Amino acid sequence: MFISMFGAVESGVIYAIMALGVYLTFRVLDFPDLTVDGSFVTGAAVAAISIVNGIPPIYATAMGAIAGFIAGCITGLLHTKGKINALLSGILMMTALYSINLRIMGQPTLSMLNETTIFSQLESMWAATGIDSFLNGLLASIGLEQFPSTWAIVFVMIIVTVLIKFITDFYLKTEVGLALRAIGDNKKMIRSLSANTDTLTIVGVGISNGFVALSGALYAQLGAFSDVNMGIGMIVIGLASVIIGEALFGKKTIARVTLAVICGAVIYRMIVTLALRVDFLDTGDMKLITAIIVITALVAPKTLQIRREKKRRSEKREQLGRQAEGDSHA
Amino acid sequence: MLKLTNISLTFNEGTLDEKKALNDINLEMEKGEFVTVIGSNGAGKSTIMNVISGNLIPDVGDVYIDGKQVVHLPEYKRSPYIGRVFQDPNAGTAPSMTIEENLAMAYSRTKKRKLSLGVTKKRKEMFKEHLKTLDIGLEDRLTAKVGLLSGGERQALSLLMTTFTEPNILLLDEHTAALDPSRAELITNLTEKVVRESGLTTLMVTHNMQQALDLGNRLIMMDKGKIIFDVSGVEQEKLTVQDLLNEFQNIRGAQFEDDRVVLG
Ligand SMILES: Nc1ncnc2c1ncn2[C@@H]1O[C@H](COP(=O)(O)OP(=O)(O)OP(=O)(O)O)[C@@H](O)[C@H]1O
Ligand SMILES: [Mg+2]
Repeated sequence: MFISMFGAVESGVIYAIMALGVYLTFRVLDFPDLTVDGSFVTGAAVAAISIVNGIPPIYATAMGAIAGFIAGCITGLLHTKGKINALLSGILMMTALYSINLRIMGQPTLSMLNETTIFSQLESMWAATGIDSFLNGLLASIGLEQFPSTWAIVFVMIIVTVLIKFITDFYLKTEVGLALRAIGDNKKMIRSLSANTDTLTIVGVGISNGFVALSGALYAQLGAFSDVNMGIGMIVIGLASVIIGEALFGKKTIARVTLAVICGAVIYRMIVTLALRVDFLDTGDMKLITAIIVITALVAPKTLQIRREKKRRSEKREQLGRQAEGDSHA
Repeated sequence: MLKLTNISLTFNEGTLDEKKALNDINLEMEKGEFVTVIGSNGAGKSTIMNVISGNLIPDVGDVYIDGKQVVHLPEYKRSPYIGRVFQDPNAGTAPSMTIEENLAMAYSRTKKRKLSLGVTKKRKEMFKEHLKTLDIGLEDRLTAKVGLLSGGERQALSLLMTTFTEPNILLLDEHTAALDPSRAELITNLTEKVVRESGLTTLMVTHNMQQALDLGNRLIMMDKGKIIFDVSGVEQEKLTVQDLLNEFQNIRGAQFEDDRVVLG
């Protein structure tokens, strides 16, 4: 149980980078971008083929992210300059990327089992610190018997993801970032305030897919393989993370939402892990579970709010009624 | 400052809904001139605003700002020179962003946007000072989301966002039409004050004839895509609403028709 939850957090923090990307398009730009399913794999594919060809993992990962950025820019171009509907631009790019990803890898799956990945490097550096034996010792003292093989990935990925969050927060508060946010809020206005909305949209969708591809590149290295189909349903997972996060933690400020999105991604992985432990559910049901989670996260807050309002009103009515009664007696 | 020459624009040319919205418009405005525009429904008032702002490109004709031909520049490249307040109070502000963020975006209108913070301490102080001039208490609500403001407050903010960077040309298209009378009066007074204080070159469409006469130093009347009447200075001051209606009747041989007209 602990081990599988540990795994959920580990992959959740990596997925969180993808979810931040999805947040940028869906929420900030109000651009329903479906490129994600493709660009996640693009990141994985570029990183994997680079690593297999002996490029240092850190550069391989960066190249994966850049490839995703370019793919996103093309989606943005299709929409702004090609005047293609946003959804369709994303679908077209996603479809094209399937073939492109196959070309990049040269085969449908690519294993990195015997390669040095960013995480295997990390683990060997980490091993020297002795933090693992300390933490596992702690776990043993509370009676756990199985220990995670390494804490390195969780720790470092949390730092990386939070760093990306802070950079995103800052970016969205700069002059450029404000204009980017206004695109999703009031495009006509920001154009009349001399912002080039086309360029901003292109760059915005690019950055978003850069995040997604970075997440893909890291995820591939975590599992030591890249598969041309590993991106299927990624967009829904990203959305699930955004929606769960917003529902649980609110969206008062940018900094709050980005944190919520990260937590949402981790919680999503945890829910899926728990669900898969239920006997009659198996991995094939995961998409259904995801859909149900998203629907719940969308519907529940509104239902709760309506209930609360109803209760408040009826209480108020009662209170007034009592007052009126009191008045008539007086 | 602003010069329009031989502007014509036809919507849906060659189809059944062909509509000649502007027909050979010529207009020249001096720096600091405050021109009010009246005209019947569909006269082309909004269209001409859109041609000036770059929202629409005319079929023929040229637009010069400060002697520079801008007719082929897209809207975002013209907007460093042009400030606009829209009729719809929702159109001029970003509702899910805060008052200070909206002001920061407006502040960047005349500059190249950079990767530095939009809202700084120094700017906050400046925004506060400007908001104080509106005198509706917005200076204490810098971090409130604009979506929470009333229509009148939002329109006052839009007006401030547009004018505090002193645009070379200020375009106002019925910017008080969506407000109730007392709010409309507030916005009108603010407009009058800021235009006078900053000496902005202004083109303002209004449906209030008395207002068109009282405000500004020049008045033009449009009908069917043409400017049919143009008065300024002392001549404008002497005119009454009845004169305007008579004038229209004389020129067009028809009643002035406008479902939203306010005679004063
Ligand atoms: N995008 C468009 N497509 C087709 N016709 C249009 C379009 N925009 C405006 N028109 C037509 O052009 C004419 C001029 O419109 P415009 O909006 O400039 O009028 P207006 O003077 O602002 O009128 P109002 O006082 O009602 O606001 C109208 O007949 C209108 O129907
Ligand atoms: Mg109009």
